[in-house]
Amino acid sequence: MPIIQVENLSKIFGKNPSQAQKLLDEGYSKEEILQKTGNTVGVNRASFDVEEGEIFVIMGLSGSGKSTLVRLINRLIEPTEGSVKINGENLAKMNKQDLREVRRQKLSMVFQRFALFPHRTVLSNAEFGLEVQGMDKSKRSEKAKEALELVGLGSFINQLPGQLSGGMQQRVGLARALANDPEVLLMDEAFSALDPLIRKEMQDELLDLQERMQKTILFITHDLDEALRIGDRIALMKDGSIVQIGSPEDILVNPANDYVEKFVEDVDRSKVLSAQNIMKRPETVNIEKHGPRVALERMREEGLSSIYVTDRSRNLKGYVTADKASEAKKNDIKDLTEIMETDVPTASLDTPMNEIFDMIHDSPVPIAVVEDGKLRGIIVRGAVISALAGSEVSINES
Amino acid sequence: MSLNFLENFSKIPVEQWVGDLTDWITDTFEFFFEPIKEHLGNFIDWMSETLQLVNPVIFILLIALLAFFATGKRFGLAIFAVIGLMFIENQELWAHLMDTFSLVITASLISVIIGVPFGIWMAKSGIVQAIVTPILDFMQTMPAFVYLIPAVAFFGIGMVPGVFASVIFAVPPTVRFTNLGIRQVSTELIEASDAFGTTGVQKLFKVQLPMAKKTIMAGINQTVMLALSMVVIASMIGAEGLGQKVIEAVQRNNVGLGFVAGISIVILAIIIDRFTQSLNTQKGD
Repeated sequence: MPIIQVENLSKIFGKNPSQAQKLLDEGYSKEEILQKTGNTVGVNRASFDVEEGEIFVIMGLSGSGKSTLVRLINRLIEPTEGSVKINGENLAKMNKQDLREVRRQKLSMVFQRFALFPHRTVLSNAEFGLEVQGMDKSKRSEKAKEALELVGLGSFINQLPGQLSGGMQQRVGLARALANDPEVLLMDEAFSALDPLIRKEMQDELLDLQERMQKTILFITHDLDEALRIGDRIALMKDGSIVQIGSPEDILVNPANDYVEKFVEDVDRSKVLSAQNIMKRPETVNIEKHGPRVALERMREEGLSSIYVTDRSRNLKGYVTADKASEAKKNDIKDLTEIMETDVPTASLDTPMNEIFDMIHDSPVPIAVVEDGKLRGIIVRGAVISALAGSEVSINES
Repeated sequence: MSLNFLENFSKIPVEQWVGDLTDWITDTFEFFFEPIKEHLGNFIDWMSETLQLVNPVIFILLIALLAFFATGKRFGLAIFAVIGLMFIENQELWAHLMDTFSLVITASLISVIIGVPFGIWMAKSGIVQAIVTPILDFMQTMPAFVYLIPAVAFFGIGMVPGVFASVIFAVPPTVRFTNLGIRQVSTELIEASDAFGTTGVQKLFKVQLPMAKKTIMAGINQTVMLALSMVVIASMIGAEGLGQKVIEAVQRNNVGLGFVAGISIVILAIIIDRFTQSLNTQKGD
């Protein structure tokens, strides 16, 4: 079962939400509803599931409702309609006491501008969640120290937050959230206030932490690069609605509509796309059946200067070039093994594109994409360039 | 209808009503006012007498020491306190100073005890704020002398009605600043507190009050100063202290006495003001 299930979740700000809700159901846009009723649609019938242990990113520009959405999930903002289930329990219908328990035990939040308590030391900030739960002093300080150790702040415990840099402050924010040992971390633009270098460092550390602790993370961001970097799945929001949910590649490769397409237009694709996104179906010859003659014929048909050689079960053996093949034909050599080159440039399915870029530069032949020794596809120079340009990327159906 | 149509209305007997109301309150709540009058009166007397038991020289030295440490080991306030207090002692106003000091401290304490919870209540509820704000405006703009009248009706003459009038006059800044301080706590911190599952009380004591502390202390400083400024006025209904001397000077047209008593009040005011302020700034620096 998904750990978070969000169904038809809506938030309408204003005096007459039911009227606005009706218009929304009739298909009016956010602006039209604002004009007609004076109500602002914050989130419009959002539905999604988050699986345990996954980093789910909600991404959108400012005003798209992503921050409202995350606050609806721990009910810092009351939903107008819909349900939020954590482990099957509906938060939207919960009484205050139960809600408080869920916030204490299951959900922790990390804030954009850190939201550390300036009058408390780093340690006592990290202790906050446990202190609120009524845990006794020695136990909570031990747990808080562990959490601070985890984010690399073990030696700063007696400082005040104001004495730390932005990146360190956010580590405290993260430690405060982790000290509770929650099931879900809600991170609201957690790295947006940091400068780019620190931001990247924090992203890496978050991925590390995630690998070690297997927390479920709901991450809000307006930065597509960040979303693509850390997200297992990404939900794109616009005007309060979720426009598309998918893996980073899905979003880049199959944008659901013009909006998403525009959004992903200027992403640095080399960081996100991998070999499998740009490879194409290879032309091959079978080492057990074919000789140089067939190889030459195939190359001529397809206009290639080299061709890959496999066995019957598509295990990659090597490649032959057109020159070698025609020479062999003249000398009446029948066996491909004699003229085959075995020094093959290979990549695996998930080799990122920026690595392929370096490889293909020095390679005389297309790069072979190999999985368990089997040839799955090839990458030609043209495909790399067009993928970088963002056009005509095709997924090889496997 | 002539322009003088207003003359058609007879005078509304507001005066009569308020008078009657005060009488009614005096009679009805006598059981309430009497013990206050007695206990509070005893407390102030006890405080003043206890303070007077201390030898002035020792007292001055103690104040100087406190001032030295409260201001972060600086000599300014300590030296001022020594010279100022020695001057007051020299002018044979020591007993009066102790009376005034007791009155101010008592009135300030009561103001804080009433004012801070009220400020918290205001901060937690928009409705309470809407109701209390104009009442505070009223309390601060009404000429302070007017409070003396019901004060006398409820508590007779002496120190207690002086404290009562001082509290009414001095409590608004504490209420206002407490409200302001709590409302100024950033929404992100409130959200953080809520997100970790605090109860209302936990949020108040772990986040809101600590964050509002400086603002509240500024309000308390104002309250103490206002209470001190009521000392002279309260003397008109028999509150003992330096104010008494000022009134005496006015009645006898004695400029000299007026100046000496006046300057004594100023000295006390400066010492108290710097003390409360240094309590507030000390930690931040």
